[in-house]
Amino acid sequence: METKKSLFSRLPIISQLKKSMGLQRGMLVAGIVLTVLFLLTAALAPLIAPYGATQRFDVAQGPPSSVHIWGTTAGGYDVFSRTIWGAQTAFLVIVVAVVLSIFLGVILGLLSGYIGGWLDRIMVVVADAIYAFPTLLLAMVMSIALSQGRSTVWSGILSAAISITVVFIPQYFRVIRAETIRLKAEPFVESALVVGASSVRIMARHIYKNATRTLPLIFTLNASEAILTLAGLGFLGFGIEPSTAAEWGYDLNHAQSDATAGIWWTGVFPGAAIVLTVLGLTLLGESMNDLNDPRLRGRKRSGKKIRKKNNTTQDEVVDA
Amino acid sequence: MTAMIDLPVDGPAEQAPKSKNKSGGSLGKYLAIRFVLIFPTIFILVTMVFFLMRLTGDPITAALGGRLPPEQLAERIHQAGYDRPIFIQYFEYLGQMATGNFGRTISDNMLISDLLATYGTATLELAINSLIVALLIGIPFGIIAAYKRDKWEDAVSRVLAISFYATPVFFAGLLLKLVFSVWLGWLPVAGRASIPTEIFMTQIEAPTGIYWLDALRSGNMDAYWDVVQHSILPAVTLGLLTAGIFLRLVRTNVIGTLGKDYVEAGRSRGVSEYRLLTRHAFKPALIPIITVMGLQIALLLGGAVLTETTFEWKGLGFQLAQYLTARDYVAVQGIVALLAVIVALTNFIVDVIAALIDPRVRY
Repeated sequence: METKKSLFSRLPIISQLKKSMGLQRGMLVAGIVLTVLFLLTAALAPLIAPYGATQRFDVAQGPPSSVHIWGTTAGGYDVFSRTIWGAQTAFLVIVVAVVLSIFLGVILGLLSGYIGGWLDRIMVVVADAIYAFPTLLLAMVMSIALSQGRSTVWSGILSAAISITVVFIPQYFRVIRAETIRLKAEPFVESALVVGASSVRIMARHIYKNATRTLPLIFTLNASEAILTLAGLGFLGFGIEPSTAAEWGYDLNHAQSDATAGIWWTGVFPGAAIVLTVLGLTLLGESMNDLNDPRLRGRKRSGKKIRKKNNTTQDEVVDA
Repeated sequence: MTAMIDLPVDGPAEQAPKSKNKSGGSLGKYLAIRFVLIFPTIFILVTMVFFLMRLTGDPITAALGGRLPPEQLAERIHQAGYDRPIFIQYFEYLGQMATGNFGRTISDNMLISDLLATYGTATLELAINSLIVALLIGIPFGIIAAYKRDKWEDAVSRVLAISFYATPVFFAGLLLKLVFSVWLGWLPVAGRASIPTEIFMTQIEAPTGIYWLDALRSGNMDAYWDVVQHSILPAVTLGLLTAGIFLRLVRTNVIGTLGKDYVEAGRSRGVSEYRLLTRHAFKPALIPIITVMGLQIALLLGGAVLTETTFEWKGLGFQLAQYLTARDYVAVQGIVALLAVIVALTNFIVDVIAALIDPRVRY
């Protein structure tokens, strides 16, 4: 009974929800709601969207009406449908990008931190160089290298995801490397060495399990960055062609000239979709980060507890 | 882009203490080491960009393929030397870079280094303007949020900061354009100046390239007003992006210093709350703020590319987007390499400033 309960309360988001309060709880709940909304939209896009992402209509730049509730673009696409389908594209890119960068970042970080020496030094310098450089420019160069900048649905999603991956690897690499170096000095690693465990086993079992605890936090934060990078790439005309799939950034690119002519509906909706999704993921990641860090966690609850304790001790004193 | 985490800053700074410990004391030595560290950064980025851009084939086919008959294409490739082994081309490229020659663009045969002179000032002007906006918003709101921690002022500031971060610059730009240019008609939609002013600008003697400075020097107030009007929306758009990060940065660091004993000591001596905040708490918080601000140059440059494209602000970023559309990959490679040098140099300058302000940084 007890183990069951603690297992449930130890699940990442639920445990944080329990710890939270006041403003922090509000931010966390808002983050959860927006993120769930995004995930649902991505999963149920075929059911929600009235038309296909690449379906064209004769009405170009038509204002919102009963047939096209958010209007149509200059290319004759239905804005509402494209915004909904865009969630699916974004979701796929995030998942591929974040999974790939975690995988590579963790392996490189473990190797670099555990082996040390020259390998470590070179890898740190390379990671720092990449880290210091504008994300978007690097992703752009990657995107050119992978697909000459233009592509179909899957190759587009993959090349966008890989471009984002390259930029994110250094972040995972650094976190895991720092943790690995710290853990290497721990007694349990030494004892594993004494027992005769191989380096691979020590890295894979002892260090890996301990070093990856902070990853869920970076995961959510990076997911929001991945969306922004994807949108930036799309805005510059990279990534996914509008005739193959819906992508928010690309639609916003085309909406720029519409805005000058006072046509607001082609840009406002996909833009709002980006903002809400990034906002949700950032709020979620941030509040989890704050709640895991005792220095940043709201202090009222612990304050109450201390006061209670003080009261009881005072009572005890009185009793005595 | 830097993730929005309140973790203490490690990373590039983390490398520094090691090399510093070895070198021992003086400021000169520390700065010399930091300076030498610029070169591996530039080298790695240039190498990466070179090989990535050549992965897909030679730049001439990319730019002109399909438009020229195959024989002519082959001849141009041969003339430019793109049919030689890639490593020979690579070392030649490195040699050229060492002498400051970044190559010539294919589409309009311009020297990349000339592009910096022609368009770099526009980007610099945008960066300065946006930094002013970011500081004007970030510092006061950050201090208020720290002082009123966990109150509604703090909540509003933090939600603002996250919203600024969550809004892509091209969407923020679109909204601002819609409201202030199209609906209200207060500000121009795009560009750095209206056409008469642009013409006037070309006639100024010894221009700095920074329009508001040139206009001010020439004493033409109409031109000055025109330039200022044009620069407001781009500056706000790019400024908001960094303002969110500055706000959080100031908040976290001022919360840290507000908890220090000397602030309490000052309070007990009867120092006013305002002075406590601005002097005792804010000043020591400045060092981490400046360091992280320097790291934001990457975010600023990435944002500048998007902002310039949104507002047709003819700077390096706008030009980069143009060359991308033209598939002129020599130009793209050159501009990216140039930006790598700028990023590395900026990070070095930030290190110097941090070392000059705080003696602890250099041990």
